[in-house]
Amino acid sequence: MSQSNSSSLKGRQVILHDMCLRDGMHAKREQISVEQMVKVATALDDAGVPYIQVTHGGGLGGNSLQHGFAPHSNEEYISAVAAKMKQAKVSVLLIPGLGTMRELHSAFDCGARSVHVATHCTEADTSPQHIAYARKLGMDTSGFLMMAHLNDAAGIARQGKLMESYGAQTVYVTDSAGYMLPEDVKARIGALREVLNPETEIGFHGHHNLGMGVANSIAAIEAGASRIDGSVAGLGAGAGNTPLEVFAAVCERMGIETGTDLFKLMDVAEDIIVPMMEHIVRVDRESLTLGYAGVYSTFLLHAKRASLQFGVPARDILVELGRKKMIGGQEDMIQDTAMTMAKERGISLPG
Amino acid sequence: MKKIRCALIGSGNIGTDLIYKVMRSPVLEPVWMVGIDPESEGLLRAREMGLKTTHEGVDGLLPHVLDDGIQIAFDATSAYVHAENSRKLNALGVLMIDLTPAAIGPLCVPPVNLREHAEKLEMNVNMISCAGQATIPIVNAVSRIQTVEYAEIVASLASKSIGPGTRANLDEFTNTTSRAIEKIGGARKGKALAIINPAEPPMMMRNTIYCLTDDEPDRTRITESILQMIGEVQKYVPGYRLVNGPIFDRKKVSVFMEVAGLGDYLPTYAGNLDIMTAAATRTAEMFAEEILAGTIQLKAPEVA
Repeated sequence: MSQSNSSSLKGRQVILHDMCLRDGMHAKREQISVEQMVKVATALDDAGVPYIQVTHGGGLGGNSLQHGFAPHSNEEYISAVAAKMKQAKVSVLLIPGLGTMRELHSAFDCGARSVHVATHCTEADTSPQHIAYARKLGMDTSGFLMMAHLNDAAGIARQGKLMESYGAQTVYVTDSAGYMLPEDVKARIGALREVLNPETEIGFHGHHNLGMGVANSIAAIEAGASRIDGSVAGLGAGAGNTPLEVFAAVCERMGIETGTDLFKLMDVAEDIIVPMMEHIVRVDRESLTLGYAGVYSTFLLHAKRASLQFGVPARDILVELGRKKMIGGQEDMIQDTAMTMAKERGISLPG
Repeated sequence: MKKIRCALIGSGNIGTDLIYKVMRSPVLEPVWMVGIDPESEGLLRAREMGLKTTHEGVDGLLPHVLDDGIQIAFDATSAYVHAENSRKLNALGVLMIDLTPAAIGPLCVPPVNLREHAEKLEMNVNMISCAGQATIPIVNAVSRIQTVEYAEIVASLASKSIGPGTRANLDEFTNTTSRAIEKIGGARKGKALAIINPAEPPMMMRNTIYCLTDDEPDRTRITESILQMIGEVQKYVPGYRLVNGPIFDRKKVSVFMEVAGLGDYLPTYAGNLDIMTAAATRTAEMFAEEILAGTIQLKAPEVA
């Protein structure tokens, strides 16, 4: 394979973090079996992916009426996967307000060794307990600033600095709505790089709702990021995460070192992940609406369900949620908004 | 008419909003405000409103408790210092209304179980959390009709209404609320979720309550019970409002509520402040009425 000789990123090392078995849970309505998890994780481990996130889509504490119930507990998934890993570390997601330190401890006991502690991009100060606790457990600890398009570069830098002060070793810019463009990514990551300690890493977590997952991730690396989240075949919320095998191929062309085996990743995508999909995860009318309107990617399937139940088009519901500035975790407001819109439109509500 | 004299401990959002609520009460009089920062806005405002203040914490208040006839104290500090505050003030015969998630005393949601506490003469009553006050009445309204296997509540709060104490201790907030959904709400298992939303202009406090009943829900009776309960809460929180529901999906009952505040200290979006301070004031009033009627007498516990 020929490499572009002009790549300024040649020789840069980047750590890949696969999200199929966490963000991908959203796309599967939380219905992935333990056997499927082990099969996917084992293949990713064999392909050299260093970090694999495994939990309910909402992370620790995610099993709920609000976010759906998975067939197994987080502990069952993590234990089953961690036992089979040869080199990969198992990571988890923890959103304070949903997950707790008790659940983090339990995940650690099952073999999780890395955690994304996630807050909305302006609310980093809800995470000090959880970040400190993760560090105390000796976990690889990231602060994860969600819906990062809703805070400007200076604001993201301040929030990231807070997370670093609590003990985060990596700070993520998280484009939960798949709304950002490369310039937006560069501005935020650049601002973080200026204020964070040199040893603190920066990560980027993209969604592909505008088809920008790969380009945004490259922009992130240019601005100083060294960790990239993606998911093989893009199995994730909305139009999916940055498709990891595509990103790995681009990295190879540019001489960025990921330590993964590209052909193996391509095989996992084609032979394991795509056959698992209930719908082909892609940029369609609704997921494009998420990216265009800046709406949390996980809202996609909820809005489609509310549309069927209350007779208001999913796109209209998503645009209204964007207008009301609803954020991750407010899935209850999808039904509520659909009902209110139905009333306003004179549609009679069921039962 | 004689009023019961009160101290307010903690000069953050909740403590400051309490000044207004207690001042409006026909049976309570706010006398002292306790803080730890002499420049805090809460203490400045308390002084302007004629309260005595100290910035030396509860220890600054103790020498004045007997002389000033303080009988009820509201604690809006943090779960970590509440136990010590309570011990010191109980020793002087002062009844504690606990607005922190410490929950060392019995949990109180006024329309559900306030009367029981007054009868038992508890010296420390806990108000759970704003989310608990806003949702547990609804869980109870369902569970008093039919057994509830599981109840889950989602509280969305405006970022500007959440002070540093709650932010730094979200686990205590969700744990205390989850437990109260079981103990006072009457669900066999409870779960609480909190979301802090920074939208501008700030969003009203929203609460969604989901209950899973053991058997098919009796839609008519449950709806009636919920509406009746909302009326009870509206007696002390006028901005407590049903937005959508109840809707029934097999055994799941979903109710979508909003709480607008009175706009005393923070603007009306901060219904979470109001429902907490109004419930605490309502609770203190119940005790005050009994004290004034001579039916209960507060006593310092016997020291061994």
